[in-house]
Amino acid sequence: MPDVFKPKIAAFLCNWCSYTASDLAGTARIKYSPFARIIRVMCSGRVDPAFILKAFALGADGVLIAGCHPGDCHYIEQNYKTIRRHSMLHHFLQQMGIEADRLRLVWASAAEGQYLAESIDRFVADVQKLGSLNWSANWQENGERQEALEDIVKEHAQAIEVS
Amino acid sequence: MIADESLRIGVYVCHCGSNIAGTVDVEELTEFAKGLPGVVISRHYKYMCSDPGQELVKRDIAEHRLTRVVVAACSPNLHEPTFRRAAESAGLNRFLVQMCNIREQVAWVTEDKADALDKSKAHLAAAVLRVARHEPLQRQFVRIVPRAMVIGGGIAGIQAALTLADAGKEVVLVEREPSIGGHMAMFDKTFPTLDCAACILTPKMTSVKLHPKIKMLTYSSVESVEGSVGNYHVKIRRKPRYIDESLCVGCMQCIDACVFTKARFPNAFDQGLGLRKPVYLPFPQAVPPVPVVDPAACLQVSRGKCKQTCVDACGERNAFCFDDEERIEEYDVGAIIVATGFKAFDPSAIEYYGYGKYANVYTSLEVERLLNAGGPTGGKLVLRDGSTPKRVGIIHCVGSRDANYHPYCSRVCCMYALKLAHLVREKTEAEVYNCYIDIRTPGKGFEEFYNRVQNEGVQFIRGKVADITPSVGQAFQPDEHQRQARKPDLPNPSTGSGSLTMQVDDTLLGMVRNIEVDMVILAVALEPHADAGDVRRSLGISCSAEGFFLEKHPKLAPVNTANDGVMVAGACQGAKDIPDTVAQADAAAAKVLVLIDAGQIELEPNTAWVDADMCSGCKTCISACPYKAIGHDAERDIAVIDQALCKGCGTCVAACPSGAAKQHLFGDEQINEELEGLMNYA
Repeated sequence: MPDVFKPKIAAFLCNWCSYTASDLAGTARIKYSPFARIIRVMCSGRVDPAFILKAFALGADGVLIAGCHPGDCHYIEQNYKTIRRHSMLHHFLQQMGIEADRLRLVWASAAEGQYLAESIDRFVADVQKLGSLNWSANWQENGERQEALEDIVKEHAQAIEVS
Repeated sequence: MIADESLRIGVYVCHCGSNIAGTVDVEELTEFAKGLPGVVISRHYKYMCSDPGQELVKRDIAEHRLTRVVVAACSPNLHEPTFRRAAESAGLNRFLVQMCNIREQVAWVTEDKADALDKSKAHLAAAVLRVARHEPLQRQFVRIVPRAMVIGGGIAGIQAALTLADAGKEVVLVEREPSIGGHMAMFDKTFPTLDCAACILTPKMTSVKLHPKIKMLTYSSVESVEGSVGNYHVKIRRKPRYIDESLCVGCMQCIDACVFTKARFPNAFDQGLGLRKPVYLPFPQAVPPVPVVDPAACLQVSRGKCKQTCVDACGERNAFCFDDEERIEEYDVGAIIVATGFKAFDPSAIEYYGYGKYANVYTSLEVERLLNAGGPTGGKLVLRDGSTPKRVGIIHCVGSRDANYHPYCSRVCCMYALKLAHLVREKTEAEVYNCYIDIRTPGKGFEEFYNRVQNEGVQFIRGKVADITPSVGQAFQPDEHQRQARKPDLPNPSTGSGSLTMQVDDTLLGMVRNIEVDMVILAVALEPHADAGDVRRSLGISCSAEGFFLEKHPKLAPVNTANDGVMVAGACQGAKDIPDTVAQADAAAAKVLVLIDAGQIELEPNTAWVDADMCSGCKTCISACPYKAIGHDAERDIAVIDQALCKGCGTCVAACPSGAAKQHLFGDEQINEELEGLMNYA
């Protein structure tokens, strides 16, 4: 199908569990969606929320973070910090007009190549349903960015005006 | 990004034969790389990891004055060290090399070739942009404690400990049970040669005890493991034996003298088929040959009141210590071998086999004990009522190759079931029926052994046993027979010891057969220990889907694990027989020797550090570190990261609100550039 939407997805995989799982998926020749592009980090705890925002700013349609299962972190407990950042970002993204479903956190152990592949497929399918990140389109509804910003400033001014 | 004038990047795309080139257009990818910022040369080659491939990189570094190298090939887990070494030998700092994974993450997992090319381009652009931000780093080393710990005292642990000790290394051997020996000590004979298990194992057990380099801790378990490769700090929980190992001479007079004149407690080593006293030796060849007191059964320990005839019998040796308590001992070791073995599958989960319900349904391990001369019946194969069975059914694949229990093949069951068939016939001349799905005998002399057992007159029936029921004289009317057998007014089958009927679908004859037997032996699966998950967690290693410990690479690193100082050996890594276990144990010992003899180990290069000028001293990072690697310098009011303690997870870097915490190789600038490459170039 020529008109199928090919999303751009940044997938942060932790070195010890999920990256190894992706290697295992490869060794086992498990086919999965090519739209998730992979970044290796040592730990899911390294994924600075700024990276996720940067990915969206660069045009990512979705961001996936995959780490060791809770309790199994190679660095003892750092994936718990990932959980906290993830739930905080979920709120934050929605406030910024980005659907929360565009950010997903999954756990895949080094043995779960099949599961990681399935998770990526599921995530890609879900992002495909959402369509392209229409963040900028939201802005353009009100014209160009500058105008849109001015509109928002005006709206805010009205909102806080005490009548 | 505007490329630095001095930046000269070389890109090398590997075909990996047809592994990559079969899916990814390597020529197109090589052309694409030429347009990336900083790239001065881009080549593709059939096998980059081969000597000529590496030579190509080395020559280019010299001729083209490359300052960075990107290799688009397999996973960095495989060949990153190869290309780092190659770059270093050509005079380039080894950390200025970046791997781009287009095999495991692209070629092998992508169907559409255009998509595969796009993804490869994105990964390659990311690698090129990121490597531009790499900085040369110094390799850091730390000393290794020249002592090893072996967890588990079965044949795997015994073999590994002896090999290490013979090489002159100190070994601490930890065993959970009161004696070393493990499952192998329970067996009567070993296939296919039929050597007596005790005859080949006991000398090794004694060697362990006598070896000056081995410290044997029986009745002990690992409480916690801290530290990392080269420097582990292990706490061992030692259960009270109530008899001082250093004073006991192993005369066993206390056992004879115990106030319990008769043995009346089930002996776990005999699978509960034999009885023991409150003070007992699990089996005659136990090492150490020191009895152990069962605190629940012993009157002195449990009630504080007993005539203590055992103490009188011990006399001057004075080995009894009823105030013995559980204690924790601590050891520093450089490497650990995990050899915790397996657990035999409990067949009571499969209701239709009637284990635990019918008296004469046994597991293979129980029959091993019955056949063993040191076992509860002195080596006589008898039924619960003491009579000799005339017809014996052996069921293969109990719990193995069964989607409801374990999908995997336990590898040893076919052979041990054949061995049991042989031994049963040898000892009782009973008719033996082996019901199997497939007979799997891959191994030296295995198929020959199968032929031998066939020629001995053992009957082989290809089919799964569907039901086992008490025989009531109507063996050829299964439906009627089953209905009657389950009537509540019939005598309780578990108390009776009458014959049983195996209903088996003989797939070669194409009919259902009902075979009457006196004894059923279930060839049970090998499964991971119930607490394998806890062991895995405390050691920082992984388990495969079925729960066995995961090796680092299934083919090329079969005894290494995700934790560099931890090796695995034996059935805890996957079901295997004794020869394979011994081979793996020696391999694990060799890997430990490699580690220990190197004397030092390289630290992870990707440690975190703090830019003193940017740090505001907020201490956010300190609470983010689980290794207590970050301290606060009160004088300068900044955080300081101890490079020897930092493991390089980078969580503090992500947590730092001012960007003062940085990480080698995984800094903000490198990851941001990688994102840019992933998103904006293809």
